[in-house]
Amino acid sequence: MTELTVNGHKYEVDAPPDTPLLWVLRDTLGLTGTKYGCGVAVCGACTVHVNGNPMRSCVLPVSAVVGSRITTIETAENSVVQALQQAWVQQEVSQCGYCQPGQILSAAALLASNPRPTDADIDAALSGNLCRCATYARIRAAVHDAAKTLGA
Amino acid sequence: MHAIDNPGRRTFLKAGAALGAGLTLGFYLSPGRAARQTAASTAASFAPNAFLRIAPDNTVTVLVKHLEMGQGVYTGLPMLVAEELEVPWEQIRVESAPADAKLYGNLAWGGTAQGTGGSTSLNNSWDQLRQAGAAAREMLIAAAAALWTVEPSALKAESGSVVHLQSQRRATYGELVAKAAELTPPQSVKLKAPAEWKIIGKSLPRKDGQTKATGQAQFAGDLKLPGLLTALVVRPPLFGVKVKSIKADTARAVPGVKAVVQIPQGVAVVARDFWAAKKGRDALIVEWDETDAAKVSSDALREQYLALAKTAGKVAADHGDAAQALSKAAKTLEATFTFPYLAHAPMEPLVCVVQLKDDACEIWAGSQLQTLDQAIAAKIAGLQPEQVTIHTTLAGGSFGRHANPTSDYIAEAVATAKATRELNAPIRLMWTREDDIKGGYYRPLFVHRIAASLDAQGKPAAWLQRIVGQSILAGTPFGGMIKDGIDFTSVEGASNLSYAVPNLRVELHSTQNGIPVLWWRSVGHTHTAFAVEVFIDELAAAAGQDPYEYRRALLADHPRHRVVLELAAEKAGWGSPLPKGRGLGIAVHESFDSFVAEVAEVTVQPDGNFKVDRVVCAVDCGVAVNPNVIEAQMQGGIGFGLTAALHGKITLKDGRVEQSNYADYPLLRIGEMPKIEVHIVPSEAHPTGVGEPGVPPIAPAVANALYAATGKRVRDLPIDPAALKA
Repeated sequence: MTELTVNGHKYEVDAPPDTPLLWVLRDTLGLTGTKYGCGVAVCGACTVHVNGNPMRSCVLPVSAVVGSRITTIETAENSVVQALQQAWVQQEVSQCGYCQPGQILSAAALLASNPRPTDADIDAALSGNLCRCATYARIRAAVHDAAKTLGA
Repeated sequence: MHAIDNPGRRTFLKAGAALGAGLTLGFYLSPGRAARQTAASTAASFAPNAFLRIAPDNTVTVLVKHLEMGQGVYTGLPMLVAEELEVPWEQIRVESAPADAKLYGNLAWGGTAQGTGGSTSLNNSWDQLRQAGAAAREMLIAAAAALWTVEPSALKAESGSVVHLQSQRRATYGELVAKAAELTPPQSVKLKAPAEWKIIGKSLPRKDGQTKATGQAQFAGDLKLPGLLTALVVRPPLFGVKVKSIKADTARAVPGVKAVVQIPQGVAVVARDFWAAKKGRDALIVEWDETDAAKVSSDALREQYLALAKTAGKVAADHGDAAQALSKAAKTLEATFTFPYLAHAPMEPLVCVVQLKDDACEIWAGSQLQTLDQAIAAKIAGLQPEQVTIHTTLAGGSFGRHANPTSDYIAEAVATAKATRELNAPIRLMWTREDDIKGGYYRPLFVHRIAASLDAQGKPAAWLQRIVGQSILAGTPFGGMIKDGIDFTSVEGASNLSYAVPNLRVELHSTQNGIPVLWWRSVGHTHTAFAVEVFIDELAAAAGQDPYEYRRALLADHPRHRVVLELAAEKAGWGSPLPKGRGLGIAVHESFDSFVAEVAEVTVQPDGNFKVDRVVCAVDCGVAVNPNVIEAQMQGGIGFGLTAALHGKITLKDGRVEQSNYADYPLLRIGEMPKIEVHIVPSEAHPTGVGEPGVPPIAPAVANALYAATGKRVRDLPIDPAALKA
């Protein structure tokens, strides 16, 4: 049994230690907001926070995150994520929506370290998050909006 | 309507009939069997037709017959109902309609097959859903009239209630549903005049915005069913290859693996979850019979196509005498354009969940051709199509990939479920990203060769275009749409050239090579618009004329092209001088009955690397039902087209696809996304699609901008910066 802390809740999971965190979240815990896009950490759809740092859960063995604080898009306790979610809705960012949880988690990590990012900062922080619908212009706008909300 | 009169679309009717779908038209005002069947709160609800249901608690549920894959049908279509029904937007909830060709056929395809494609969703639903809303409104008014014993003419529907004008007595729709459900739907209804619209034309919020931002949105792979097992399939390493032998002992020994079964498409590994299935698949040893392998290389294909483009093909368009005009011309120009295979690569790899029982098959998928998917699933399962239920889930993008005439991923899922019936478990069949990139069904590789001559004023006198590439329709249930050897999806956007050219001839060579191909967001226009719009730029340069003015003069008979062209040019500041290394390029194209012009601004470095800084887009798609969604689709279409212009390339060597994931099949990244301005032409014309038409003009606009900045012509996609080096 592996003990995990996800969004403040403790879980005991029975999964082989090499199982990527992504599949423990999705298939074992039923937290399906975190998405599979590439399996090799090049698209960002599976982004979660581990102790506040954005990580690609598709290549992160569950054995490596025992005792860590894991935050996913389902979090109810992260005000930065929530401000971003509101901004996402306001800016009508989502099209297909599949990559957006990962975009939001990457953006949340950016805002945690850089509360007033420039466009260039956003481009750099989110360069590993692909969006096939190309919602990028609205992603930038929504990150700025969330930064304003959080800074107010 | 224009779209329905399109011969290509009309023949979908026959294609649909050939699939065994029943024929029906004008069925949609009859009582809504499906709406009633799918009603969760059934008995007390009022379902006047197949498209909506009103509950006593005042919730109005709109059933959407099309796949929501990001393009906004869960928003644009319910707006049509809400407008006529007189319901506030917040009161509307959306549900996916079940697969039922009789109720939910695509009217742009003759109404016989349910499906989403060709940017037809809003176009074909425009009258249907407004009538559905209006019929319900009239029935609610009639119900109040009966209850209050007043004339219906003394009543008015307003904000989810019926109001007696004189007394101001009012009842919510929820209060009227029981009475309304007893009434017969009206045979005809009067629709509101544009001046009376309160919802149409407004940028109302997307219905799926909240769930998609919070991770609650349900895609097929997110479905939770008791006992659900996950399947991954080992597919042939080359197209056309079959299984020779399987060594499955090691795979079966992987903890969590429940079964290894051969299916027509390969070998499926079924396991308790994705990771076990993946490890099981990795451990599986399959030997392949390569007798019928398509051992082609894309470089060789390109050479072969270039040679073919020098020979006469089948005639797709012929006005005047292009050959004679060219032979007599003092001056001719000629250019060759090449386009690689492209993968759709939606962010969500294909997923299909199947629950198979002896007398029923239940499917959850981002189904884009429900009627075909249903028929194919039924055939594999040994059931009748009506025994197959399809729950159309959200799709994490598609761009055409889910509209597969072989229903490939659904067929695999049903075949796997059938082969593992003894497990008595629902099967979630998943594709990995590598499966997706290597799995075929690409936008075909194409070559175009165009020769033209100019008259004394510099206008084109003759235009001979030869197009070479695989047919998307050949060998599919839609093959009947090929007329006189011409697959219209190969030549659309070229055979109907909008520019005034007195002698025009377009020819087609449809090739065959065993590589599976498919429609890819904007289909033939992905290459025809590039060849035409770059070449017209070349003619303008040869004539010594401004490329914008040159186009404008040749579009005198195409007012809608001209309006978007002029709007984009004006907003982009066309004609203002730019510093060295920067350039503006323009392109205009009609696709799927919408008109889009785009002006791209680029900055080029001396080493040839360049950036697309800004794009100004003008679109005429008839009535702009939701301007915000239109803007989003133009932005997204431009980004999608830029991926193809800058990066997109699938190559094959001896039959093997050389790319496998986003690392070697890169998509546009956020830092490459230009600033985009979208201008919508005000219009009262029948609304047309926006999902695809934003794509075609961007690659030629960028290529033309690069020419303006460097004097170098780009004729091959993706663009090679090395060729732009100063």
